[in-house]
Amino acid sequence: MTEQLQEQPVLEKLATGIPGFDSLAVGGLTKGRATLLSGTAGSAKTVFAAQFLAEGIRGPGEAGVFITFEESPADIRRNMLGFGWDIAKWEEEGKWAFVDASPQPAEEAAIEAGKYDLGALMARIENAVRETDAKRVSVDSLGAIFTQFADAHMVRAELFRIATVLKQLNVTSILTAERAEEFGPISRYGVEEFVADNVIVLRNALEAEKRRRTVEILKFRGTNHQKGEYPFTVMPGQGIIVIPLSAIELSQKSSDNRVTSGSPEMDKMCGGGFFRDSVILVSGATGCGKTLMVTEFANGGAAMGEKCLIFAFEESRGQLFRNASGWGVDFEKWENEGRLKVVCAYPESAGLEDHLINMKAVIDEFKPNRIAVDSLSALERVSTIKGFREFVISLTSFIKHQEVAGLFTAVTPTLMGGPSVTETHISTITDSIILLRYVEMFGEVHRGITVLKMRGSAHDKDIREVTIDGSGMHIGEAFSGVTGILSGMPMHVVAGEAERLGEMFGAEVAVRG
Amino acid sequence: MNDYLLKLYITGQTPRSVQAVRNLERICKEKLKGQYRMVVIDVLERPQLAEDEKILATPTLIKELPSPLRRIIGDLSDTEKVLLGLDLLMVSESAHAKGDRE
Repeated sequence: MTEQLQEQPVLEKLATGIPGFDSLAVGGLTKGRATLLSGTAGSAKTVFAAQFLAEGIRGPGEAGVFITFEESPADIRRNMLGFGWDIAKWEEEGKWAFVDASPQPAEEAAIEAGKYDLGALMARIENAVRETDAKRVSVDSLGAIFTQFADAHMVRAELFRIATVLKQLNVTSILTAERAEEFGPISRYGVEEFVADNVIVLRNALEAEKRRRTVEILKFRGTNHQKGEYPFTVMPGQGIIVIPLSAIELSQKSSDNRVTSGSPEMDKMCGGGFFRDSVILVSGATGCGKTLMVTEFANGGAAMGEKCLIFAFEESRGQLFRNASGWGVDFEKWENEGRLKVVCAYPESAGLEDHLINMKAVIDEFKPNRIAVDSLSALERVSTIKGFREFVISLTSFIKHQEVAGLFTAVTPTLMGGPSVTETHISTITDSIILLRYVEMFGEVHRGITVLKMRGSAHDKDIREVTIDGSGMHIGEAFSGVTGILSGMPMHVVAGEAERLGEMFGAEVAVRG
Repeated sequence: MNDYLLKLYITGQTPRSVQAVRNLERICKEKLKGQYRMVVIDVLERPQLAEDEKILATPTLIKELPSPLRRIIGDLSDTEKVLLGLDLLMVSESAHAKGDRE
């Protein structure tokens, strides 16, 4: 029995080459089969269909046939040029062929006088596939053919025939279909999904006034795939890029090597420095020293000969450099020596998916040893909560795979502390959490710092006072006689009370108190 | 009367193709009385011609001459529609035909 099962031929996959998509599809589309791609107007169906062919030509050098029922070949050639796909050139080289079944506007509608079928179209498809020796075929879009003929029954029967012919030709195909609603029936005519073995849904849903593109593999006959919706983006010059989230495995190695945080006192609090491949979250209210920690982190790395990359979403380059020099750090020198790169961007300048892809591209190019993001919470406001969570998870996994140290900052909504969305979503993913808090004592505001969590290492549990001057950050003594700092309501404890608490919890607390 | 140039696109020897050729021959003999040229194109043998003309359905009849160019699809068994497509059915005649039916 088990032997028989093993003898079953495993369905062979064809890697589409669309970035990120093949990991969702666990290797790609099933070879020699038809896949239905369904989506509303503007959900990037045509781009997906064209990219499927383009990646085949650019990657393994497989020729493709594009059957269009909707846009004219001239329009498609022009529209796809923006993604860097020179279809006209590929046509000359015999790698791309169009079968133009788009409505011919200059003409009157054909007169129907008796029974007919789509035999001519079938012959043209076969001819184009044979002429180019195509391995991939895209049909865009099935629904549009219904508008060209009065006999819907005939069209239905012929769609089945097209799917059968494609299978016989042994090509892997994508058939697009328009749907009326994001979460309604798969396709407008209700037949398109039956002609294909696999169904993929592209969505462009409006959520909290923001558009969010996702791709979902709904059905994959006889083979495995990742379930659920995955965000993707359409980038100029690149096309569709899918962002796989849960597809990212927790396979990163972990390192025992420590790197400096840039501040010897901070290193001491962390039990000898940050781990080289860890992600650290610094949380605090506005103005309590987060950007300073980023500056020290970058400076400490650069001084050790490492390459540092800072993504700044709150301050401009000029401000960052001026602040740094105010703390005695010369960013300009590090930059000239190629050890520092500062990338500033307005959070609103792009969607989160686009930010993520841009950041990944910079990381790939610069190959830094440490990365700082100041602040992560600035990006919260350009996305929905769900989108933001996906972004944070994806960025963290990517950074961990690079085996570099990452420092993210998060702004707390109130001065005295309290949780933020950023913290909620990121705290379980990060290896260390450092809190910066304002502490009000006798009418004065002090700054406090504590290491809340440090995976795999002993660390200082005290809340210590932080002072900032022209040479940067200084960590001093632990606050004594104060409780409730983290809850945002510091209270003084009289000496007697502290002693009593000390007795309750043993000698250790008493010494610190 | 102008000479007619008619191109009929078919797929091999299917019943529909054979029917279309027969129907067209009959209509031409009756109505055009030798003033026409009829070309039958098998798209299975000449798919590129179908590609150039962007033909989807078969059978398709294209009236190339006299202008305007017209496309008629189907096996041409609906003679009235064929005549309409070939501009052979005069408006008065069609009105007359309708009147008869009433």
